[in-house]
Amino acid sequence: MSILESLYKEIILDHYRSPRNRGKLASATIQLEGLNPSCGDELELYLDLEKETIVDVKFTGEGCAISQASASMMTEVIKGKSREDALELSRKFKAMIQGEGVSEELGDLTLLQGISKLHARVKCATLAWITLDQALAKDESES
Amino acid sequence: MRHIDPNELRKDFPILDRTVHGNPLIYFDNAASSQKPRQVVEAMVDYYYNHHANVHRGAHTLSVEATELYEQARKKVARFLNAPTERSVVFTRNTTEAMNLVVHSWGREHLRSGDEIIVSVAEHHANLVPWHLQAESLGITIKTVGLTDQYRLDLDGLEQAITDRTRLISIWHMNNVLGAINPIRKIADLAHAAGALLLVDGAQAAPHVKVDVQALDVDFYTLSGHKMCGPTGAGALWARADVLAGMPPFLGGGEMIGKVYLDHSTYADIPFRFEAGTPNIAEVIGLGAAVDYLEAIGLEAIFEHDQQLTRYALEKLKPLDGIMLYGPEGDDRGGIIAFNIDGIHPHDVASVLDEAGIAVRAGQHCAQPLMRSLNVPATARASFYLYNTFEEIDRFVDVLVRTRDYFAAHV
Repeated sequence: MSILESLYKEIILDHYRSPRNRGKLASATIQLEGLNPSCGDELELYLDLEKETIVDVKFTGEGCAISQASASMMTEVIKGKSREDALELSRKFKAMIQGEGVSEELGDLTLLQGISKLHARVKCATLAWITLDQALAKDESES
Repeated sequence: MRHIDPNELRKDFPILDRTVHGNPLIYFDNAASSQKPRQVVEAMVDYYYNHHANVHRGAHTLSVEATELYEQARKKVARFLNAPTERSVVFTRNTTEAMNLVVHSWGREHLRSGDEIIVSVAEHHANLVPWHLQAESLGITIKTVGLTDQYRLDLDGLEQAITDRTRLISIWHMNNVLGAINPIRKIADLAHAAGALLLVDGAQAAPHVKVDVQALDVDFYTLSGHKMCGPTGAGALWARADVLAGMPPFLGGGEMIGKVYLDHSTYADIPFRFEAGTPNIAEVIGLGAAVDYLEAIGLEAIFEHDQQLTRYALEKLKPLDGIMLYGPEGDDRGGIIAFNIDGIHPHDVASVLDEAGIAVRAGQHCAQPLMRSLNVPATARASFYLYNTFEEIDRFVDVLVRTRDYFAAHV
């Protein structure tokens, strides 16, 4: 199976073409920019965190199908989650991308597991998640 | 002029025999770094196995031999650039270091508050960031010139940007994204008529075009050995001898001194004043071997081959729907083709090409201001060299079309 069929599946491309939760979030309590300077991927993550729960999340930015689909799917799974649960999902996602096992909790995000064999694309897949980690850490240090 | 037979030259490059994901390697990332022929690697091995010692210090035989090999490489680079004397060839790690040397040494010595330097919107970051690091403390203004709608430097705009405060024009010779070749002699004349100097980023041109620093009448020329069949870690700055002689040291340490006291020092003559510490001796010797290799083939033949490949590739790519090309028309361009497939990010394109064994660059090519001016987030880039073939371009275009069609069918 070629990379086109194994990685660029319909669901991934659907998230790329029609990203969920895309746009700015007026009610955001945390806003953070994530960058991959070597390739030019840019992402702005908006989180509305209330009493340790992510009540809303949106993102804007430019990037490849992998980075955009990963961000879009991430917003779907973390919305409504507690800070702690979101960070746990982030750990599981990054573990999968490092080839350290696939957690079913990740849902459609498991379609990105093939990235673990494409080292050049790890940064694309993890940009949104690393930005999420930093955003939640930033909020914790400020509160 | 002789013509290149790439299939014959490929035998000098062992890496070109390997496969990537089960497919024969097609190496189209030469603008980032070229591959190395045996002749270059063997020159470095010979040095390490038979002649290694530190240079310019020591009376013993090995040190003398190492110094001779190192200084021969300087003569070779001088000959390669048709420089009047090898005394004005300074070895650096790469073009970036050579640019930084000029900015720090010449810039800090000669630029005063209110002075202006001119660059273009299409510079590599190596010709922007070193200026950014100094601009504020020196109080200088960095003026920028744009491109024409034909992806060439706007020469009228350049002429208009020159004022009586212009001290230096710093510009690319061959653009690392667009492939455009600048009319360097014309720009040198403009600079000199205004009493300014010209610094040329030769990273992309030196591997592909015959460079004659005297005919081009430039004041500084920089190059990277690793883009011209040499090893990483060896590049060069050439500067007019009188300009170089008036520049203070860049880095301080061993080998660049005259006399050293506890509280002050005097400095060596050019070029040693700019080569502090033990240099990359093996790499410099490798760069000398690369110069020999390229000159044996002939730079005119190499450029002709680049142009034939480029023309062939553009003829195949231009008629294709959904493939955008960024670069000038005409022959006055090098073998660099920046492109995008409509609606697909270049990283995704590069991953699919990689699976087919085809190495291209995807991203911003250390040229973020150019990406902004082209209004694209990033591009893919295929870049050719003397060992690339028409058959490789056929395969590249086939995979590109297949990629375009797959994504178009799955929207």
